[in-house]
Amino acid sequence: MTTAQETVTTAPRIPQANPRKKKFHFTPYALLIPAVAILVLALGYPIVWQIITSMQSFGLAQQFGQPAPFVWFENYITLFTDPYMWVVVGRSIAFCLVTAAVTVVIGVALALLMNAVNKAIRIIIQISMLLAWAMPVVAAMTVWNWLFDWRRGVVNYTLTSWGLDFQNHNWLQNPLSFFFVAMVIVVWMSVPFVAFSVFAGLTQVSGEVIEAAQMDGAKGFQRMRYIILPMIRPVLGIVLLLQVIWDLRVFTQIKLLQDKGSIASETNLLGTYIYQLGVGSSDFAMASAVSVFVLVLTIAISWFYVRNLLKEDES
Amino acid sequence: MSTTLTPAQTDLVVGDPVVKKLRRRRIKPSRVILGIVGVIVSLIWVFPVYWMVNSSLLPNIVLQGSTPRWLPFGGSFDNFAEVVGQGTFFPALGMSVIIAIVTVVFCLLFAFLAALAISRFRFRGRKVFVLAVLLIQMLPAEGLFIAQYKLMGSLQLLNTVVGVSIIYIAAVVPFTIWMLRGFVAGIPADLEEAAMVDGLSRTQAFMRITFPLLAPGLVASGVYAFLQAWNEFTVALVILQENSSQTLPLWLRGFIQQSASRATDWGQVMAASTLVAVPVIIFFLFVQGRMTSGLVSGAVKG
Repeated sequence: MTTAQETVTTAPRIPQANPRKKKFHFTPYALLIPAVAILVLALGYPIVWQIITSMQSFGLAQQFGQPAPFVWFENYITLFTDPYMWVVVGRSIAFCLVTAAVTVVIGVALALLMNAVNKAIRIIIQISMLLAWAMPVVAAMTVWNWLFDWRRGVVNYTLTSWGLDFQNHNWLQNPLSFFFVAMVIVVWMSVPFVAFSVFAGLTQVSGEVIEAAQMDGAKGFQRMRYIILPMIRPVLGIVLLLQVIWDLRVFTQIKLLQDKGSIASETNLLGTYIYQLGVGSSDFAMASAVSVFVLVLTIAISWFYVRNLLKEDES
Repeated sequence: MSTTLTPAQTDLVVGDPVVKKLRRRRIKPSRVILGIVGVIVSLIWVFPVYWMVNSSLLPNIVLQGSTPRWLPFGGSFDNFAEVVGQGTFFPALGMSVIIAIVTVVFCLLFAFLAALAISRFRFRGRKVFVLAVLLIQMLPAEGLFIAQYKLMGSLQLLNTVVGVSIIYIAAVVPFTIWMLRGFVAGIPADLEEAAMVDGLSRTQAFMRITFPLLAPGLVASGVYAFLQAWNEFTVALVILQENSSQTLPLWLRGFIQQSASRATDWGQVMAASTLVAVPVIIFFLFVQGRMTSGLVSGAVKG
């Protein structure tokens, strides 16, 4: 009993104000064992394996069970001197930044719209956003494939009926329009999260402040720039960061669009490139090297997000 | 809405019929335009979902016609019957359900214990653990699946429920710990202590006092874990390569691949999509609020 009461600090937020001698307690560690065990098995081990493998050389002999020789950083050198790798990296980063920017701009616009319209219309917008958000990604991909179908897709039909020549236009053949379609799909799926988060932030901006600014003669744009924007900046930052992280690792959408029959080498992003290297051609060393690169990139960007969450947790 | 009053109007007595009339007439044209924009945006956003359901109800001959049919007149559930009748749906459904349940059960158990540890105890390494959990949560499956594939291969767990579930649990546990931590911290430890003073053991106090209060948190996290496992595609694609061990997303992908050839029965594909999507949508509406607040809780103060 007494030991139990000692271990329970009623308010964990108060930084150890307790001058009592600290005893080693086993309970919290025991509670962490299962979670840590599964994380080590399913994530820790693969990460270590990946780092080691990325420094080995995989050839034909290794596919028949020969141990792979160590080559240290040779794979990375090969990788970073390979122009194709830079094409894929550049493509991924460009896709990620453009998509994240478009998503956040549209999301913020919709949040402002939700804030401006009356309740009935706001609920209509929210329901449609929720439906889009809830769609499982693979189901969404089948629908978008159907919408952009080159023969009977509604998109081609509509554009043609507007007088544009899109009869039997194949969107997925040209890499540029392939990525445009991918971007439309990713934006469609991610805008609801941004819109809801920013809307939640907007509801924290008090009407009185806006009213006061209005009385002082602030025009619509000024109110936006000097009052609303600074107040929702924290949410905006986090949402943008999450979008960048999520869009950098986009895989499912690209893979499923490629399935529809476009040339993979022209439309690869980092995720599908790893898949092609590892599962497609069993070059585990190169696949691991690219994976390690992706992990490092993600952790570097995520660091800001995590620091932000932790700061908030401490206060 | 009342914020648009001009000084001239504020001079009038509130409740005066004239004021009401004035106000009603003073619906700004800009507000009407915004309303219309809102409705149009909603229609655009919901259209793909609508189109999925609409197409799933129409026979393929209609879908292959030169003009799309915008409303499902003359529709039927034939496509659904045919898709289910092909015999691959139920095995995939079974696989998805089993994997999702295993993931939810173990994820909740592990995450709950860990959440208890970090919100009820102070110990050396607590901060490091929280930091690690948050960072791990951001690790992309896309950067790990090759290693996970090799791992499961060497454990003889390729194409098995256990193999996929292990990876899913590990993928979902970090965010679930983070979510549950909030719930556990929200229940004052004083409550438990009071019960202990009244003569309950620590375990009893926990089971009778804290656990019932945690139920909503467990349900929300459970549904979150369920959705993740149910929708996951990347890991499943790598680990479950055999047709007999497909989950629903992989099963659906089969339809997309078929559509690369010419003779796609889009009605059936859309019926298949609808079958996969509808339960998820229903579940999702249930937890949406918590997911948003969990992810941005660093920014939005409640």
